[in-house]
Amino acid sequence: MTALPSSTGQKLGLVIDLDTCVGCQACATSCKEWNTGGYSAPLTDTDPYGADPDGAWLNRVHSYDVGEGATSRTVHFPRSCLHCETPACVTVCPTGASYKRASDGIVLVNPDTCIGCKLCSWACPYGAREYDYTDGIMKKCTLCVDRIYNEHLPPEDRVPACVRACPTGARHFGDLGDEDSDVSRLVRERGGYDLLPEMGYKPVNKYLPPRPRRDATTTACSAPGEAVAASNGSAIEKLFAFADKILSR
Amino acid sequence: MQEKAGYATPSPGVQSDLSSEPHVATSVPPADEIKTTTCYMCACRCGIQVHLKDGKIRYIDGNRKHPVNRGVICGKGSAGIMQHYAPSRLRAPLKRVGPRGSGEFVEISWDEALSTATGWLAEVRSKDPSKLAFFSGRDQSQSLTGWWAMQFGTPNFAAHGGFCSVNMAAGGLYTFGGSFWEFGEPDWDLTKYFLLFGVAEDHGSNPIKIALGKLKKRGAKIVSINPVRTGYNAIADEWLGIKPGTDGLLIGALIHELFRTKQIDLDYLVRYTNAPWLVIQDPGAKDDGLFARDADGKPLCWDANTKTLAAASRVDIAPSLVGEFTLPDGRKAVPAFRLMAERYLDMSYAPESVAPETGITADTIRRIAAEIADVAFKQTVTLPIKWTDWAGRTHSEVIGRPVAMHAMRGISAHSNGFHTCRLLHILQILLGTIDVPGGFRYKAPFPKSAPPANKPVGKPDQIKPNTALPGMHLGFPGGPEDLLIHPDGTPTRIDKAYSWDAPIAAHGLMHMAINNAGLGDPYSIDVLFLYMANMAWNSSMNIGATLKHLTATNADGSYRIPRIIYSDAYSSEMVAYADLILPDTTYLERYDCISLLDRPISEPDGPADAIRHPVVKPDRDVRAFQDVLIDLGARLKLPGFTNGDGTARYPGGYADYIVNHERSPGVGPLAGWRGEQGESFGVGKPNPQQLERYIANGSFHLHRLPREAQYLKHANKAYLEFAKSVGFVGNTEPIIFQLYSEAMQKFRLAARGHGPVQPPASHKQRIERFFDPLPFWYAPFEGSLIDETAFPMHAITQRPMAMYHSWGSQNAWLRQIHAANHLYMARSRGAQLGIADNDWVWISSAIGRVKAQVRLMEGVNADTIWTWNAIGKRSGAWGLDKDAPEAKKGFLLNHLISELLPPRDGGYRYSNSDPVTGQAAWYDLRVKIERAAPDEAQETWPLFEPLTSPTKTIAPALLDFGRAFNTERKPGRSV
Repeated sequence: MTALPSSTGQKLGLVIDLDTCVGCQACATSCKEWNTGGYSAPLTDTDPYGADPDGAWLNRVHSYDVGEGATSRTVHFPRSCLHCETPACVTVCPTGASYKRASDGIVLVNPDTCIGCKLCSWACPYGAREYDYTDGIMKKCTLCVDRIYNEHLPPEDRVPACVRACPTGARHFGDLGDEDSDVSRLVRERGGYDLLPEMGYKPVNKYLPPRPRRDATTTACSAPGEAVAASNGSAIEKLFAFADKILSR
Repeated sequence: MQEKAGYATPSPGVQSDLSSEPHVATSVPPADEIKTTTCYMCACRCGIQVHLKDGKIRYIDGNRKHPVNRGVICGKGSAGIMQHYAPSRLRAPLKRVGPRGSGEFVEISWDEALSTATGWLAEVRSKDPSKLAFFSGRDQSQSLTGWWAMQFGTPNFAAHGGFCSVNMAAGGLYTFGGSFWEFGEPDWDLTKYFLLFGVAEDHGSNPIKIALGKLKKRGAKIVSINPVRTGYNAIADEWLGIKPGTDGLLIGALIHELFRTKQIDLDYLVRYTNAPWLVIQDPGAKDDGLFARDADGKPLCWDANTKTLAAASRVDIAPSLVGEFTLPDGRKAVPAFRLMAERYLDMSYAPESVAPETGITADTIRRIAAEIADVAFKQTVTLPIKWTDWAGRTHSEVIGRPVAMHAMRGISAHSNGFHTCRLLHILQILLGTIDVPGGFRYKAPFPKSAPPANKPVGKPDQIKPNTALPGMHLGFPGGPEDLLIHPDGTPTRIDKAYSWDAPIAAHGLMHMAINNAGLGDPYSIDVLFLYMANMAWNSSMNIGATLKHLTATNADGSYRIPRIIYSDAYSSEMVAYADLILPDTTYLERYDCISLLDRPISEPDGPADAIRHPVVKPDRDVRAFQDVLIDLGARLKLPGFTNGDGTARYPGGYADYIVNHERSPGVGPLAGWRGEQGESFGVGKPNPQQLERYIANGSFHLHRLPREAQYLKHANKAYLEFAKSVGFVGNTEPIIFQLYSEAMQKFRLAARGHGPVQPPASHKQRIERFFDPLPFWYAPFEGSLIDETAFPMHAITQRPMAMYHSWGSQNAWLRQIHAANHLYMARSRGAQLGIADNDWVWISSAIGRVKAQVRLMEGVNADTIWTWNAIGKRSGAWGLDKDAPEAKKGFLLNHLISELLPPRDGGYRYSNSDPVTGQAAWYDLRVKIERAAPDEAQETWPLFEPLTSPTKTIAPALLDFGRAFNTERKPGRSV
């Protein structure tokens, strides 16, 4: 079994805004394209042009209804590794291939020592690990560890590919261990929350909830109505009186 | 297994601390080279960076400097690698050897392909150029393809706008000389209230996504009006799940409320619109309903200061918006505003009246109207920008009414779409939100006059053997005299555009070309030439009928459409039905220009254009279609494509044309870095280094306008002078918004028996009804022509954001997201019909039925079913296995949509289109849903014979793209 560092220097992670995510899949495919040629390369696809196309993706987006009727919502929910502070996926690993980095808290799989036993994917309640059947090893979100420190990229690009891509700006990256960071402030201001906190794994990634609606369920109609049967004559007279003024070009 | 915090627990296995952590290579050079170009996965045309490593594409991301996407990229854009390397790519020119549809082809040389095409086309051109129908689909080079068709001399050219959103474009251009999309957009930075009508999730893509993010950040309210709550609509503050085809009623009710509560911008109306222009009230007269004009032809209004008639263009007057006035000849005339008030204050547009039809409560309609009025008039945005109006008066600020709107196919693809789009723009104008801070902002070259000045070309006397047309095809009729018809009223165009069937068909009716050619109505053709238009599948209504027309034979066994030439980059369904295939490149292997002469990528702050250039070399025997077209032009000796001595004018192909072609002196496909040294914008001599300048700048050019020219462009002296100097407009006159459309009234008068060009008796009633100078709502045709109780449900489609048209299905990554589509219906309706999730159902319309698998959901209007469009594929197409889910479970609603309306008296059948513009009315569809029997096959229907792939490429069973890039990984681990 693999031990965790007693603490990490940083707690790098993502803050994902469910109020703004439109479910466009940009984060999913940009993740796929970066990582299929990066640290986790390749993210294999099986039967890619056939009856049952499938492949390894480190980030997936799900869309579903929450609630019923007038108060229901459609929610888009991007899902990837949460880089938990106390992740069971690491502690169950029999070879040490799964580990949490002491410096920045990123949870990684060492492809050279992973034996593909899948214990980690059973242990993860978030379904965030992806077994690459062809490669025979487990793969997962690396927070683009090969981008965020990459000196060959311009500094503004040293963020995870999904954050770089996100068209609505719903994805934020930073140090959630630093209370003054932009991401920590966002979490405070918007009531960012943990997924399945009761499991006790202390996810680093946070989700920002959808803002309250501003519709008929929350806003009263302040405009006065008119009787259906009323003639439109009086409305026209009033409009004409209003419009009958000196207007300059 | 779970261990709790505090964890320094020694592990029997592995100690994890800094010293024992494995080395991770965090700074591997990701690319040898980065090339900027322009994406082609949709019409947004974002700037991309293609990162190349070892000659292969390592990855594609967004160009941060690019005005369209500012660095972001969408789900399709990042998957461009798989688009580029798809096994469905055509590999060489093909000649059909089996029957049409068999997929039996042989590869031929380009010499043979081009000489064959030249032979066919030359024969047509020498005999009758109209025997060529040349239509291009999602063509981003229409200023070239259209110009080629013009040089050829055929009237039969258009692109896909007729079945996309021509109602949106024409409705806007006839009202305020602009529209949405490439014509203009909301002021995303300043708007406080945003209404989104009928937008499929990719219209547009990144620009709207970036914008929604901005609105969310600022807390602006977003209202979605859409029968379906997915994508953008899911994050709106308020969702109005309207019944399809009733948006015009809802907008009419909002206008009604603004009139009733007297919340309209009267100053804006008298300055910028024809609201005060006097309309002649003389029923039966030949000029009834036209504007009263002075001796110089200038429209008149009533000046309240002098109490006299005055030219409406004068600045020293106080135009009256109400009242009734006597013209010098004694007849009566009233301001257009008065007619509008009478129209929209009518109780038929009252919130209570429209609530049952739209499904939106009267309270909600009143509240929304009150909210937009409050934002427009009480939350004004004022920018301290000094500007000068068209009349030379200087103003110290620009007043913004920060209500913005965007709309697209959802309101457009109905038979009442033109008038609905007009209503939407009238709503914007009443609020004073056009080209002001926080409202709508034009993008150059718009605004143009309403409607734009260019007329359609292709009248009978303009079509001659071996002769070019005198102008470009698509224009804007100002009245019946501009129609493209023979003296007997029959159309000159194969698609009947600009005929009495569809007088303002500003984008043509591509969706009718094959049907009409097949029926020989109005005539038969010799060559059908298509580019990038999957007409044998998802781009046609009623696919079965279309395939019959494509394969129909004469008594002697020859095909009724004798020759079909097709260019595509991929093995689409259409390939199988063509006789000669000209294989195109992928978007990363070609030159292109995104031109101001075409559909540019301008920003509200200034005109912009862009290029594509080859960032990788083709590994197949393919050529960019534009290169091929230019080559064909030279071989055919078309005037624009040859020099005086008969040699090719652009021997360097499309790149040569982009740099050296001049549409008028000094004006070419690209506006940036013109002049021999690249010193001028807009007008200047060709610059031999122009493409290099674009490439050095990220493959685009943005000409930022000075602040004083950025708002109220329709009446802004600095802007109008700039626009005239670069040829966007012909003069610096202000552009007056046409709330009341005199052009429409001219058609109506013709139907009433006035003027030299009158509709045949059979068309009169239709023209009279639908050419109303003030927009109105009427029920979509399909619902009113069939038994609504038999087909109680509305059926619509949209495209998923991660997939575009057909192109996504060949993409190994995107098809993992959408390999099959479901039929979505309201959970409540499912319960009523006894239908559960994953049940198979029959969807039936008046013309056919389709089997599909159901998903129930909350966020959909209960009278509406919907699905993702163009996921369903014909077995064997697009390089997919014959048993791919796209073919077995994926389905199209196209099979249910009739291309023709039911016959009327006399048996004539109009196309299933908007009666004004000819826009395909595919969102009018009405259906019924029934559960399939338990013993029926769990697969879609209809299933067509599988196609044979013409590419001979064996698709890989496994894809490990990127393995070669991972040089850090120890070898020998993969299994």
